[in-house]
Amino acid sequence: MVDLSRDDVAHLASLARIDLTDAELDTMVGELGQIISSVEAVQQAPIDAVEPMSHPMPITNVTRPDEVRPSLTPEEALAGAPDSELSRFAVPRILTED
Amino acid sequence: MSDPTRMTAAALADALASGDLSSEQVTRAHLDRIEGVDETIGAYLHVSGDSALAEARAVDERRAKGEDLHRLAGVPIAVKDVMTTTGIPTTAGSRMLEGWVPPYDATVVGKLKAAGLPILGKTNMDEFAMGSSTERSAFGLTRNPWDLDRIPGGSGGGSSAVVASWQAPFATGTDTGGSIRQPAALTGSVGVKPTYGAMSRYGLIAMASSLDQAGPCARTVLDTALLHEVMAGHDPLDSTSIDAPVPDVVGAARRADVAGMKVGIVKELTGEGFAPQVQARFDEAVQHLVDAGAEVVEVSCPNFVYALGAYYLIMPSEASSNLARFDAMRYGLRVAPEGVDAPSAEQVMAASRDAGFGDEVKRRIILGTYALSSGYYDAYYGSAQKVRRLIADDFATAFEVADVLVSPTAPTTAFRFGEKTDDPMAMYRGDIATIPANLAGIPGMSLPSGLAEDGLPAGFQVLAPAMADDRLYTVGAALEQRLVSAWGGHLLEQAPELATTKGA
Repeated sequence: MVDLSRDDVAHLASLARIDLTDAELDTMVGELGQIISSVEAVQQAPIDAVEPMSHPMPITNVTRPDEVRPSLTPEEALAGAPDSELSRFAVPRILTED
Repeated sequence: MSDPTRMTAAALADALASGDLSSEQVTRAHLDRIEGVDETIGAYLHVSGDSALAEARAVDERRAKGEDLHRLAGVPIAVKDVMTTTGIPTTAGSRMLEGWVPPYDATVVGKLKAAGLPILGKTNMDEFAMGSSTERSAFGLTRNPWDLDRIPGGSGGGSSAVVASWQAPFATGTDTGGSIRQPAALTGSVGVKPTYGAMSRYGLIAMASSLDQAGPCARTVLDTALLHEVMAGHDPLDSTSIDAPVPDVVGAARRADVAGMKVGIVKELTGEGFAPQVQARFDEAVQHLVDAGAEVVEVSCPNFVYALGAYYLIMPSEASSNLARFDAMRYGLRVAPEGVDAPSAEQVMAASRDAGFGDEVKRRIILGTYALSSGYYDAYYGSAQKVRRLIADDFATAFEVADVLVSPTAPTTAFRFGEKTDDPMAMYRGDIATIPANLAGIPGMSLPSGLAEDGLPAGFQVLAPAMADDRLYTVGAALEQRLVSAWGGHLLEQAPELATTKGA
């Protein structure tokens, strides 16, 4: 079992920008420890000198000419926005006093 | 003319072409069926009856004018709710996207529309495609038509259940670790995960980008092939989409000739860990292939034992990155944190993500955050990527001696609701036979192999090398012919009749 503390999980949750309740934290500590203990078996595989594979197919960068093409209108792009103002996304304050 | 909801997509296409049925009749029959039984099954999240009927009438008019139409024009379809659809809400089974109506169509949805397939609605799924049981949808579970106390598989349980309960002739799905094949196995239907990159991912709400793959769900191998053909092809909007001709999957399904083919049984995906009755149906199916002229060889893929670990590191790592887009700023749920005056964007983000995501999604995001964090990256994500290479190499070696590989699709038949919800690893182990194909990017199919002693369907999986998707259809169709003949009809005909709650 991986030694993952409640504080560790709370820190991970803050990195992932998810507020967890105390009850959620309690449940998650045990479950994550169990999952990590199971998946860390990958370290037992014969992986010395093996080239990592991030993707099933060889990936090449794809570019296109820089030209104007049809796209969403501002109204369409903003249609799902929680809040908007003057054809722009309205967001909560970004700068804090810290 | 028989009930349109009991006909295959291929038969419906023929009846529409000959004028025996109109698309409006066919679409209306399916909408009536949905109204009658879906309250019991819970497979549809949104039914788009009006737009489906409008499209059906438009196709009928074009056909009446003698226009040259796609061979499936007018055959209605259901779409997994992970694919964006203009005019129909798209939620991916999450509160985070409740009520969202996308401003664009996924490329595969655009292809369905261009071919004239009326969209009946959107099908239920585990939230953001995370789950193996469709118990993880924020909008309620979907039931297995064979036994209403059991799961239909996941994450595409809605798509397989609509097909298995005669609510659509076929449906779209997505498969990241088995989400098309495992539900197909558990509901007695057919599901295909094509070669990675063979179908566009543009407009699919991403879970794990190097693993996610769209594909078809249907009741027969030929219907799956017909839908595969519509959905496949290069898309300039998806930089991982393969720019190569689509194999002739429909021709392969019609040919169904396995004489001389070498079928490899993957030693690591049989026997121990698989329920005896699932294994027995698998063994019988292999014998059918031998009777049809195939040669059987045993192959070993020794690194598959590490596949589950690699998958449950790579998938959450990519998911944690992909789901960062749900930040409550441009779309989706926005929740203000309690007791905070003028909260910051960061506080709103964290409160919204707590309120909008379900437990499984949170668990995977946090697991991925852990696996990618400095100090653990090499031990977890780095090792998993190396294992991924070993698994691809195992497949390459196996395909040197076999044209296709076979195994049971899932270790057991459908389990009961709640049976595995408190034990994530028990749930994850159900994907043991399907995950290797996603890690390597190769295509796979599940088709029914028969009923276990509990009266529930078992699945038979066929795997082929990348870009050889046509082989799945050749083998699948040959096996299906023999099994249907042995059963005296399609397996789904043996499923219990569903009580009609209203409407039809």
